Amino acid sequence: MSILGIPILSLVIFLPLTGVAALLLVGRNQGALARGIALAVTGLTFLASLPMYFAYDAAMGGFQMVEQMDWIPAWGAQYFLGADGVSMLLVLLTTLLTFLSVLAAWNENRHTREFMIAVLLLEVGMTGVFLALDVFLFYVFWEVMLFPMYFIIGVWGSDRRLYAAMKFVVYTMAASVLMLVAILFMYYLNFQSTGHSSFNLLEWYHLKVPFPAQYWLFAAFALAFAVKVPMFPFHTWLPDAHVEAPTAGSVILAGVLLKMGTYGFYRFAMPMFPDAVLMALPVLMGLAVAAILYGALVCMVQPDMKKLVAYSSVSHMGFVMLGLFALNTQGVQGSMIQMLNHGVSTGALFLLVGMIYERRHTKAIAEFGGLMGPMPVYATVFLVVVLSSIGLPGLNGFVGEYLILLGAYGVNPWGAGVSALAVVLAAIYLLWMYQRVFFGLVTKAVNQKLADLTLREMAVLAPLLVLIVWMGVYPKPFLDKMKPSVDQFIASQAGAKPAVPESPAAKPESVKPGVSLR
Amino acid sequence: MMNDSLWIIPALPLAGFLLNGLLGRKLGPVFVSLLGPGVVGAAFVLSIMAFNRMLQAPGLTISQTLFTWIQSGNLNVPVTLLVDRLSGLYLLIITGIGFVIHLFAVGYMRGEAGFWRFFAYLNLFIFFMLILVMASSLLLLFVGWEGVGLCSYLLIGYYFEKDSAAAAAKKAFVVNRIGDFGFIVASLMLFWLFGTLEMAGINQQASVVLGAGSLMVTTVTLLLFVGAAGKSAQIPLYVWLPDAMEGPTPVSALIHAATMVTAGLYLLARMSHLFVLSPATLAVVAAVGAATALFSATIALAQNDIKRVLAYSTCSQLGYMFLAMGVGAFGAGVFHVMTHAFFKALLFLAAGSVITALHHEQDMRKMGGLAKKMPITGFTFLIGALAISGFPLIFSGFFSKDEILWQAFSSPAGSTLLWLVGLITAVLTAFYMFRAVGMAFFGASRLEHPEHVHESPWVMTLPLMILAFLSVTGGWLGIPHSLGGGLGITNRMEHYFEGFFAQVPAGAGHGDTGTELGLMALTTVLALGAMALGYRMFTVNRERALAWDQTDPMVWKVLRNKYYVDELYNLVVWRPLHWVSDKVLWKTVDVKGIDGTVNGAARAARGMGWVLRLAQNGMIEIYAVSMVAGAVLVVGYLVFLTE
Repeated sequence: MSILGIPILSLVIFLPLTGVAALLLVGRNQGALARGIALAVTGLTFLASLPMYFAYDAAMGGFQMVEQMDWIPAWGAQYFLGADGVSMLLVLLTTLLTFLSVLAAWNENRHTREFMIAVLLLEVGMTGVFLALDVFLFYVFWEVMLFPMYFIIGVWGSDRRLYAAMKFVVYTMAASVLMLVAILFMYYLNFQSTGHSSFNLLEWYHLKVPFPAQYWLFAAFALAFAVKVPMFPFHTWLPDAHVEAPTAGSVILAGVLLKMGTYGFYRFAMPMFPDAVLMALPVLMGLAVAAILYGALVCMVQPDMKKLVAYSSVSHMGFVMLGLFALNTQGVQGSMIQMLNHGVSTGALFLLVGMIYERRHTKAIAEFGGLMGPMPVYATVFLVVVLSSIGLPGLNGFVGEYLILLGAYGVNPWGAGVSALAVVLAAIYLLWMYQRVFFGLVTKAVNQKLADLTLREMAVLAPLLVLIVWMGVYPKPFLDKMKPSVDQFIASQAGAKPAVPESPAAKPESVKPGVSLR
Repeated sequence: MMNDSLWIIPALPLAGFLLNGLLGRKLGPVFVSLLGPGVVGAAFVLSIMAFNRMLQAPGLTISQTLFTWIQSGNLNVPVTLLVDRLSGLYLLIITGIGFVIHLFAVGYMRGEAGFWRFFAYLNLFIFFMLILVMASSLLLLFVGWEGVGLCSYLLIGYYFEKDSAAAAAKKAFVVNRIGDFGFIVASLMLFWLFGTLEMAGINQQASVVLGAGSLMVTTVTLLLFVGAAGKSAQIPLYVWLPDAMEGPTPVSALIHAATMVTAGLYLLARMSHLFVLSPATLAVVAAVGAATALFSATIALAQNDIKRVLAYSTCSQLGYMFLAMGVGAFGAGVFHVMTHAFFKALLFLAAGSVITALHHEQDMRKMGGLAKKMPITGFTFLIGALAISGFPLIFSGFFSKDEILWQAFSSPAGSTLLWLVGLITAVLTAFYMFRAVGMAFFGASRLEHPEHVHESPWVMTLPLMILAFLSVTGGWLGIPHSLGGGLGITNRMEHYFEGFFAQVPAGAGHGDTGTELGLMALTTVLALGAMALGYRMFTVNRERALAWDQTDPMVWKVLRNKYYVDELYNLVVWRPLHWVSDKVLWKTVDVKGIDGTVNGAARAARGMGWVLRLAQNGMIEIYAVSMVAGAVLVVGYLVFLTE
């Protein structure tokens, strides 16, 4: 399916490549031009992705806007794309955050052209991961995503950037290798049982994976995704990566890349191996609860604003996992909306920290104090975002967290009860930071002269503030769109494997040729 | 007023918040001082209309559903606004007293740079408070609940340059959040028990779904009470309220005396059908209420800051209200909420009037004789003090407090001990209030510049007079049968709430009219004695009392330092938590444990340096390719192995 004959998913994924091509023609020192091109292309990509929201018919459910054709026939790999209610929303989040990150990186003067190329390539990988329904294709996008991020941290990061970048790569790669092994093994199992080669995820859903193997395969997938989330205890790459990464990198990393992990559980690891999930559930829930509390506690003692926000991600993503493992409507729906919330709120927090870093070249909490005086607008925006992250009802964070707790309570009252302690801890660590940065008298003379937000910075933050209020007051447009997909996911977990409904277009014969990969 | 225009009541202060917040700074203080109080006054008028309409509506309830907030599975949370007898009364208190205090604030805050910001927050507070009481769903109530907490945070921290104000604001929010933890978990339990978060539905089904006295109902009500104790400043979560006095005085009057701090009581009253199912919880509520009442009253004895006296007095009076609800007298609790709103708002505003006149001096030892300089302020403060001390037969506090004491004594859930604690508290209250009256308003002046002190302008004294009028007459709505019965005066408050609250299971209630009158007389005599004593000690014998105060006797020192509870919490809760997070979780588990393992493994493989060189040469692809090749080999091996 496509909109007005345009294969919209391919368009969204590959539109940034036109920007890359254009940037290759730009001279090395034409930073301003490079910025303009990147901004225009990411802006266009966001606009191109918007129709997906309206095109996705929640009443019909399943995968829509599907594009499918042979890619490497010898291996059975296909170019197979499709969006469900969840991935559609995640793509919108991705295109929006990428656009805002480019706008936020306006003062990035070191190798601007290359920086923008990396961001655009990253966007290709990210949207591709969310939309690929062929596992081989998915893995290609998965790896495509890794390298630009490695360079963004390693080249444009701060002092310990190489250490952080390597840690990021080694962690994710080590885990990805295991996943690749598992993918190839699944491919083999599928061949064995059906007699033909295929990486089609929807076919793999139907596969009855024999038991001991299922356990190991799930473990391999789960590990790869757990590192990305990151789940406790695989999270230690995150604080380093965030602290060293430039603002745009942090925003995309927290806003989108972490969702690859939770999305991977939702799309791959859990529907393919429901029996193994059932066995591992107590452990996984325990780890989710541990992450929620552990992240929050460690947050309290961080002297660096960025590190604090990074650890808060560990806690918040723990909530996402908790909801997912509840395997009921409120839990999973809460988990999915929390993914969007975390992207918006944490993205905004990193943007805000980046803005003060650009002015002062430090992120240490102790360097500030009394900023409410010289920067009232900045302080106000910061407070709204902090409150959203704390989960103040009426703002976005609450809707997700409450649904997750509600769902989790139904299956594990103690787990949910203990996790609810995070509402206290989040208030402590975020408001304490806020107090130290914004309240009191200005203690350092340099801070007295700090300029408040510029028009460009306000433009970066405004869309996120709108979303923070909108998703908090009226989350219905988001919840409704993801409802059928969430129901399908839950059905896939209900013991005996039910048939996963496919949209009619998701059959090889019905594919119209004419979409080229490149 | 039609049902479908109920939304306008909260929408008015919300609009006030947005306009003041966005345009207030540009349009200036005249605009703000018209708009800020104006929207609340308009909301008050509409509230009266809604109230009257409610009284004529079938079932004494009117409601309006605006839209669905959250819908997921069988959870359905509509935004439904509801006015019934309980929320109707609260509506009048919030908007009525709210308007008067807004008016006062126009005078009190004049000339402040953050004038617009102050009124924006104050309007936002009224909005959330209205949502809190008008919500039909527990979750929507929670929106208001947290919203008023936020406004309290913003207003306590209004003077953000002051470290003490900033710390107090954070403390208030965090301690409230501890209560919210209880609230949230209770709501999760209730949803899975009842399948809904609509409070009417839960009340209706409560006795069917939950067995009376079951562990489940006790757990869920205790958790709700944790929430209520946080918001309404009860032991052990009361510590934030005295510090909240860092906020401007109108804030103390509105939020930290008249309205927000009674939200916990509102919750109990609203869920009365749930609470009466658990005698154990009710016993805890009564005990905590009585303990807080007495405990805070003793601290108030030794405070010299006029606002601190009033703050501890608020904790203490809130304790009274919980005591009432704990013995099943929900109506008596709400009655005291109302009269307390009148006289405590009055006392705070009068204190505010003094504080402005003295250029932000709050120490009562530096006052004295103010009644001559500020007759209206002095006279109205005296009325407030008479009301809270329970001066008999005229003042509102007498009737509502007497009702609580009588219920504590005579209800099946009450006891002589609870009554006795209430009695002692009443005596202490009378003493410390007249100590304050004497120190601040009478006796010899100890002012540094008495010639600069003048009565406040009408915009401040008018609110004082309105509240003074209410502090006197408000109690006449609840004249007990033992006094009014013979004269044909009915207890209108009791009549108003007839059949609204759940009843505690009938048991061996004791006491007749004779006993009631006897106890009433005893309380009255003791309170009058304490008032006279407090007044005399701190006017005629003032120098001697202050000299004794100077010697700092042990008991006094403990009281003045609030029993060192803050220090205790710091030592037992905060420091260990911080230490574990810092030294154990972060620096040991994270840095040494997990990271140490990862880095160690990487070093052992000497992989870091090798990959790094490749990366710097732009050849990381080679690594990727070799990785894929390696993976293929592993799989090949596995496949052969399994065959």
